[in-house]
Amino acid sequence: MSAASSAFLEHRRGPLTGLSDLFWRRPKLLVFLLLVPPLLWLGVIYVGSLVALLMQSFYAIDEFSGMVDYDVLTLKTYGELFRPANLDIIIRTVLMAMAVTLASAVIAFPIAYMAARYVRGRWKAMFYLAVMLPLWSSYLVKIYAWKLILAKEGILNWIFAQLHLTGALEAYLGLPVVGGGSLSISYTGTFLVFVYVWMPYMILPTQAALERVPVNLTDASSDLGGTPWQTFRHVIFPLALPGIIAGSIFTFSLTLGDYIIPQIVGSSRLFIGQAVYAHQGTAGNIPLAAAFSVVPIVIMGLYLWMAQRKGAFDAL
Amino acid sequence: MTTAVSLKAITRRFGEVLALDAIDLDIAEGEFFAMLGPSGSGKTTCLRVIAGFEQPSSGELSIFGQRAEGVPPYKRNVNTVFQDYALFPHLNVIDNVAYSLMLRKVPVAERYSQAEAVLDMVKLAGYGMRRPGQLSGGQRQRVALARALVNQPKVLLLDEPLGALDLKLREQMQEELKSLQKRLGITFIFVTHDQGEAMSMADRIAVFNLGKIMQVGTPEEIYLKPASRFVADFVGSSNVLPPDFVARTTGKASWASLRPEAITVTAGAGQPDLTGTVVARNYLGATTRITVDLGGQRLHAVLPSGAGVPLEGSVVTVDFDPSALHRMDDTP
Amino acid sequence: MRSDAPRAPWGLKLAAGAGLVFMIAPLLLIFVYAFTTEERTYQWPPPGFTLQWFGVTWGRTDVWQALTLSVQVATISTAIALVLGTLCAAAVSGSKFFGREVISLLVILPIALPGIITGIALRSAFGMTDIPFSFWTIVVGHATFCVVTVYNNAVARFRRTSGSLIEASMDLGADQFQTFRYVILPNIGTALLAGGMLAFALSFDEVIVTTFTAGQQQTLPLWMLEELVRPRQRPVTNVVAVVVVLVTTIPILLAFYLTRDGDQIAGSGK
Repeated sequence: MSAASSAFLEHRRGPLTGLSDLFWRRPKLLVFLLLVPPLLWLGVIYVGSLVALLMQSFYAIDEFSGMVDYDVLTLKTYGELFRPANLDIIIRTVLMAMAVTLASAVIAFPIAYMAARYVRGRWKAMFYLAVMLPLWSSYLVKIYAWKLILAKEGILNWIFAQLHLTGALEAYLGLPVVGGGSLSISYTGTFLVFVYVWMPYMILPTQAALERVPVNLTDASSDLGGTPWQTFRHVIFPLALPGIIAGSIFTFSLTLGDYIIPQIVGSSRLFIGQAVYAHQGTAGNIPLAAAFSVVPIVIMGLYLWMAQRKGAFDAL
Repeated sequence: MTTAVSLKAITRRFGEVLALDAIDLDIAEGEFFAMLGPSGSGKTTCLRVIAGFEQPSSGELSIFGQRAEGVPPYKRNVNTVFQDYALFPHLNVIDNVAYSLMLRKVPVAERYSQAEAVLDMVKLAGYGMRRPGQLSGGQRQRVALARALVNQPKVLLLDEPLGALDLKLREQMQEELKSLQKRLGITFIFVTHDQGEAMSMADRIAVFNLGKIMQVGTPEEIYLKPASRFVADFVGSSNVLPPDFVARTTGKASWASLRPEAITVTAGAGQPDLTGTVVARNYLGATTRITVDLGGQRLHAVLPSGAGVPLEGSVVTVDFDPSALHRMDDTP
Repeated sequence: MRSDAPRAPWGLKLAAGAGLVFMIAPLLLIFVYAFTTEERTYQWPPPGFTLQWFGVTWGRTDVWQALTLSVQVATISTAIALVLGTLCAAAVSGSKFFGREVISLLVILPIALPGIITGIALRSAFGMTDIPFSFWTIVVGHATFCVVTVYNNAVARFRRTSGSLIEASMDLGADQFQTFRYVILPNIGTALLAGGMLAFALSFDEVIVTTFTAGQQQTLPLWMLEELVRPRQRPVTNVVAVVVVLVTTIPILLAFYLTRDGDQIAGSGK
């Protein structure tokens, strides 16, 4: 063995070592240098663009020229949001987001509960993949699949016909609001696709929350004479709630901002995303489009604030 | 004797907290030195200052006479055995041990033969191809030791090296570390909160509390002549006696320590100041420790086990030679 | 003692099973449609099966161009996201500084906000600064929301790569660069690879932001969207859909196995 004679390793020299010494003496300099590229990209380019967009909402279209008047800061565009037609769009979107979130929670819970409590080993990995693959599958392909399913000549109508239930389906489509000319141009169709596309985002947070419920807690409840339903109602559900709320952040937010699903499957009545798209595109009313994009941000801000008070972020 | 590590008025602040408060300490070459203290006493910070992971806020640090403030850890010929061993999980045992040789561009064959030799020294010959995850706690400890020793550092630092091991293994490792240190002649500095460990291994001990060194000395000095109430309390099973009690028995008021084996106990009431009731009795094998309540002041005494040990609740008189009282300053 | 896997009540099994079928069956349906002989409608059951549409799709230059563009965009966006995400993760875990929550928020924002907002914001920013829409404007948009997958994976692994490993490396004589190369990189490597795979899948599939940041270029999702809104040759769309499912599935599976192995490696250090 070669023993170094000195207390210090004098052979360590060179430009890289010198730079390393500098960073070692000034760790904040290193952190600063590490952060410069991402901060430039995300902080300057991205947030800068967002702020610029939001600024647009404080201008208004000049009614005579049809051009944006950049001389006057005004809340007039926000006022336009409260016109009945626009208010309709907002209410419709929020109601849809709520319905989708509720349905997602109901469908996701058994899957999450099963995965958290009852499957082990290889099955657990299979379960995980069965959730992850649809979650990460192509968004457009998922919508496309439902276009196939909901088509007049498609599989769903075929199943109803095979079961001799075509009459029941037609009666359902005759109902107000949820009905329509066919499934693919009804709110029901839009709702189904929304649930299909966003529901997987509910499963993982719910499962994570359920996995933190100690098994002996449910045992204790049954020991104390609780029926399975009482155990669920008073022990499991309250403990899983933060996870469900965390998942609902995704389903709610993603439904709020979507404009492609209602465009492809649904009636001609607009959702917020479609309104933003229409105003910035063909209508050329960037201020109104910007004001419309503030709506989901504000709603999500409120939602996150409430979710945080319920402790949902620990489950993310 | 050469001074291996010298600290002069070393202070380390973390914001408002004074982790090290003007520490002065000289550690001689070849010494087995222990830093003893409760958690948060500054002993680990002191070790990290010597290793170079922390910089002193003020003061002078010298390693073998060379000033070391501002010298990064990778330039110090000082190596550390970490409390959690910090073995690289992506490397097998031999590559863990040979890591520093690899950095120094030692040729591969020589690198591995040196590493194998050190593994042999810590009784892990043939374990080179295993992953750290496949080893037991004691084996990982030995790998960490081998990795730190392969460079033949001038000073080896050990941070609670035996803390994670069970009692039997800990006693065995204590002996091995001691003999290894004697054989290699390297200065060992180790941090521990276990006074028994410090006593049995170290040549000298520094007792830390609240960022200060309370006392430096050999195990005997620390045990027999604690400099302060804190040291007596922390290091030993000694009785710590308040000034009024000492004044009543010897006529001179000061804090003092009294070792339990210096106390004799006789049945029945005697001098009122020294008469009390036995409130506890702990059988320790060859000896039995009893606790006597003297009107609020409790004294521990260690007696040979047997029929002569008074029963719990019996009235006894205690006695001791006033020269056995060791007076201390009253630093808490 | 309780057995490892208690029996699930049948009602739960049924509900979970139905949920999984609901999630997976529509994707499988696409595979069936790729072989149908029916050209003009979405007729079920398919009147017959054929392989001819795979050949037809193979010969379609517009599909190839879109696929090539998507792969190029995803590759470059992933590379940028890898660099930016790793830098962020290293900075956040390397030291405690006041702004770490801000950094996390900044990274998550592009994916937390509806895609249409990110898209329009970037579009109007490009418009205001007179940057013409091109391949690179698409990449800017994609890299922005891809950073999060790399960052999340890297941060989780950095957290498990304990600080004492880095100190041990420096203690043994490695400077900061050597420590990065010999200790940090091997320990976070699989996490970066997994994050990169997810970033690739995310970019390859993205349509909303792309709608706003592309000029004349057509990525594969833009091509799909066009077919969804105005179907031209349905069987070709069916085949492309199958290909897209397969192309996104492979990175997800790889990422899953990479992080699973990584967990074992990281866990072995304890």
